[in-house]
Amino acid sequence: MSASNKQVLLDPLFDNNPIALQVLGICSALAVTTKMETAVVMSIAVVAVMALSNLSVSVLRNFIPPSIRIIVQLTIIASLVIVTDQILKAFLFETSKQLSVFVGLIITNCIVMGRAEAFAMQNGPLASLIDGIGNGLGYGLVLLFVGFFRELFGSGTLFGVSVMPLASEGGWYLPNGLMVLSPAAFFLIAIFIWFVRVWKPEQVTED
Amino acid sequence: MQRNSVTYILGFCAVICLVCSVIVSGSAVGLKERQEVNKLLDRQKKVLSVAGLMKEGEVLQPAEIQTLFGKRIRAVVVDLETGKVDAEATKSVSSYDQQKAKKDPALSKAAPKNLAGVQRVPNKAVVYQVSKNEMGEDGSGFELTQYIFPVEGKGLWSTLYGFVAVAPDCNQIKGLTFYAHLETPGLGGEVDNPKWKAKWPGKLAFGELGSDPKSWDKVKIAVLKSGGDGKPHAVDGLSGATITSNGVTYLLRFWLGDEGFGPYIQNVAVRSS
Repeated sequence: MSASNKQVLLDPLFDNNPIALQVLGICSALAVTTKMETAVVMSIAVVAVMALSNLSVSVLRNFIPPSIRIIVQLTIIASLVIVTDQILKAFLFETSKQLSVFVGLIITNCIVMGRAEAFAMQNGPLASLIDGIGNGLGYGLVLLFVGFFRELFGSGTLFGVSVMPLASEGGWYLPNGLMVLSPAAFFLIAIFIWFVRVWKPEQVTED
Repeated sequence: MQRNSVTYILGFCAVICLVCSVIVSGSAVGLKERQEVNKLLDRQKKVLSVAGLMKEGEVLQPAEIQTLFGKRIRAVVVDLETGKVDAEATKSVSSYDQQKAKKDPALSKAAPKNLAGVQRVPNKAVVYQVSKNEMGEDGSGFELTQYIFPVEGKGLWSTLYGFVAVAPDCNQIKGLTFYAHLETPGLGGEVDNPKWKAKWPGKLAFGELGSDPKSWDKVKIAVLKSGGDGKPHAVDGLSGATITSNGVTYLLRFWLGDEGFGPYIQNVAVRSS
């Protein structure tokens, strides 16, 4: 892999994370992160949708009429999301029930269309594919970070396996109810952003 | 051709729409079979869990679910109006789709105005009978311990679909489970909470209990805002989910009442005295 492609792939993880720096797509980051399992499946779904939508938009970029490009991008993204939803319903039924509407809402996830419009419309298919995967991973990274702490402290489990036995089931851990509610995701995302900016001070915005 | 000409734009749109719709419908049609199997398994699993044959959180392989279902549960199709088992329809019970029948004017009728928000009632509905012991392939050794009735009704955002299990006297409730709803997680969604579901077993569905089911009062079970736990005919409501809680009351009253399984219950209920 060439150096520039590697940069396209790895940049969105910390240097240009879609959630931490661009603050896009946090709606679904709140909703699907109470458990690791849903967070992982959602991350994979978003990576797949972003990779394929960036790829198709990039292949078509020289044919798409500029006046209707947004609609065309949305049509492509919506089709991919529906296909993803169908696949989840067929192969991961339980998880797809928990994700419910949020798989469908990938359509409205600003990251997907943001990358299609900002990157795939100007770059070649390979770079766009890698950019899609990279941004999907950057989104997934935050999801997993948030999901890890919410499930661990909210339910005392990881991937449904008991890590800290709950007091209600004879163990010692009293679960933190706040963690399973949406505000906890805000706190955790904020903490994530804080860590990243301590590590990379150039991301701090000037007042 | 110019990329901004109207002809080009229209042509491009048509091609994109065509390609996308082929992909979407292709995946929907191609995966339909698997999804149906998943749905059926899911329903069987819910029936098993409301029957108490599967513990909360227990994971069974699809094949195990099918065997367990086959051995312990008998499904019959009941004519809701007469309250009698329809022997002919029962033969093909596994292919009878109550939700589809509900939409077919020939197989259903409009429901009278009701609080449960039920629009149409199918003429025939599936009732699951749970056996105490494993039965043979021909249904020998069947000993009834529970009836399981499908129920549905409006909550706050969505229709709640579920099952209520009752003892052979059709009065004592054994359990209540919803398998599909879109209520707010953490509020109305708490209808799935095992702690709340544990409040149901032992509650009584009907009012004054004479020896003859025909003399029974109306369905009396209710979800109350508070103070339901000590009462035989009530369950404590869900905090912050009054409309969902009321929905549960209404849907139970509807489906156990005259418009629902009432006639069947009058026919089969075992006298308690």
